[in-house]
Amino acid sequence: MPEIRLLKVSKHICRDVDLTIRDGEVFVVVGTTGAGKTTLLNVIAGVTDYKGKVLIDGVDVNGVPPQKRGVGYLFQGLALFPHLTTASNIAFGLHARGHNKRAVNDRVLTLMEMMRITHLSGRYPHMLSGGEKKRVALARSLAPSPNILLLDEPTSSLDHQTSKYLRSELLFLLKKLAVTTVYVTHDLREAEEIADRIAVMSKGKVEQVSTPRNLFFDPRNRSVAEFIGMPNIIECTGSRVLASGLVEVESGDLRILLPYDGNNLAKIAIHPEDIYLSDVRDPGPALNRFTGRVDEIIHQGATVRVKVSVDKMMLLTEMTQDAFEEIAIEQGKEVNVVIKMRRLRYVEA
Amino acid sequence: MRRRTERLQSALGILPIVVFVALWEAVGRLGLFAGQLLFPPFSAVMAEFYHLTANGVLGENFLSSLTRVLIGLFSGSVAGIAVGVVMGWKDVANKALGPIISLLFPIPALGWLPLLMLWIGINEMLPITIIFICSFFPVVYNTATGIRNVDRRFIQAAETLGASNIRILFRVIIPLALPNIFTGLRLEAGMSWRVLIAAEMVAIPTGIGALLMKAESLVRVDIILVCLIVLSIMCLLFEKGFALAERRMVGKWSNHA
Repeated sequence: MPEIRLLKVSKHICRDVDLTIRDGEVFVVVGTTGAGKTTLLNVIAGVTDYKGKVLIDGVDVNGVPPQKRGVGYLFQGLALFPHLTTASNIAFGLHARGHNKRAVNDRVLTLMEMMRITHLSGRYPHMLSGGEKKRVALARSLAPSPNILLLDEPTSSLDHQTSKYLRSELLFLLKKLAVTTVYVTHDLREAEEIADRIAVMSKGKVEQVSTPRNLFFDPRNRSVAEFIGMPNIIECTGSRVLASGLVEVESGDLRILLPYDGNNLAKIAIHPEDIYLSDVRDPGPALNRFTGRVDEIIHQGATVRVKVSVDKMMLLTEMTQDAFEEIAIEQGKEVNVVIKMRRLRYVEA
Repeated sequence: MRRRTERLQSALGILPIVVFVALWEAVGRLGLFAGQLLFPPFSAVMAEFYHLTANGVLGENFLSSLTRVLIGLFSGSVAGIAVGVVMGWKDVANKALGPIISLLFPIPALGWLPLLMLWIGINEMLPITIIFICSFFPVVYNTATGIRNVDRRFIQAAETLGASNIRILFRVIIPLALPNIFTGLRLEAGMSWRVLIAAEMVAIPTGIGALLMKAESLVRVDIILVCLIVLSIMCLLFEKGFALAERRMVGKWSNHA
């Protein structure tokens, strides 16, 4: 499966994008709406003109039409042919490549079984649910056995449950097929779950490319840090195992518990929205609870960021305006701080 | 239960026509309106209908009109679709032909009649040419619009799936433009009859239009009414025929049908 290189690619908002996507990896491109993510996919697929160069396995494919790039593309709007049934949609690419009828039928059946949509074979796209459409579109893009798979927001506009389910299936499928995959999403959690490497895009530029874990601990600039939600990075000065799967991490005078098997943590990242503030001491076990002082309150539209110092350490917290109004906190006053244990990220030493 | 309701509803749909015919019959028989000569009752018109059918006059004229419509409409539509597809598909063709079509399209088909009478002469080609013109321009316009309006994403999807341009045209673009193409065809199916009658009334000695004119000169209101009924039914049948074809070809997947 091929390696994809973009050299100084410019199109629409994208300016001089250089990027290498490794052979067989799941490369996720994240960024806000309008960052240029879809444009990047269109350039790789060759369905748009562009400046710069695209190399697939070292071969310059500028001038090679989309038909000959060996790319499977799941479009954001899916672009299922409305006049064709599920089976005919999936068969389209196979007929186009001149496979004989029997080979087409066999392949379509296999794909429908794989995506568990055999029962939808004779239905037209307008008769399918959002999740079903995604499966059909995915089967269609996989049918001609592409070497490169481009997925544009494959789980968007699905309900949470369906999206989660489809994502885990996709992850399994991509590993099994070992195709080079470029996966576009605006959802960082999704990216983290599925990516070998993540590229953060902003205003047509690739700001950073790294493994999911490194992204959280080493955001290259303010724009990336903002996009990943300004996590609090805490250096670990020591740690001890409390029980199997539970570790107490020291950072200065602060002691934080987190679920982890082992005893070699270097850093932990805590998202601002995973730190709760309260003006009264909540009942319940005193795990990951601290007393801090409010340093600064920053109003940002619907959310409020509060900087709190806990034992010489500054923590950034974030809450909705509504939640903020329910607690009585003021600059310089004491506040109770609770760190959610479940969603902590860490780097090992 | 639902089928019964549907049947009842379609029966109710005919009711106004029944009332209309009954009123017509009554007014005719009672001689309320300028006497039976100028306003024959429905039954007298039906009797004349039978008579004209039996002696072959209606059949003969109807067949010559029908032949003209079928040839004119078919050739006009086929040519219109072909030119429309090329114009919608290739920007060069659109730029070259678009302005000419825009200039010619607004001319009412009958406006061509005097010119065509001089160019072609008074023969079978005259009504056929008029119908050709009448169907050609709207079909070109609707087809080209339909082709151009096909979402680019479908074309891009077909490209990434390996389809050649010709395959994309015939398997993706034209099928997706069908609802638009049918809009043009449906409009013209009825319109071609209207244009034909006018042409026959003015210039051609055979056909339903000519029969109408003859009846007028003989003050045979019953024959005029027979001709009008035939026309009404034919316009309706042609329009419904295309609507049915559209439902067959497009209804399964399109939201419009």
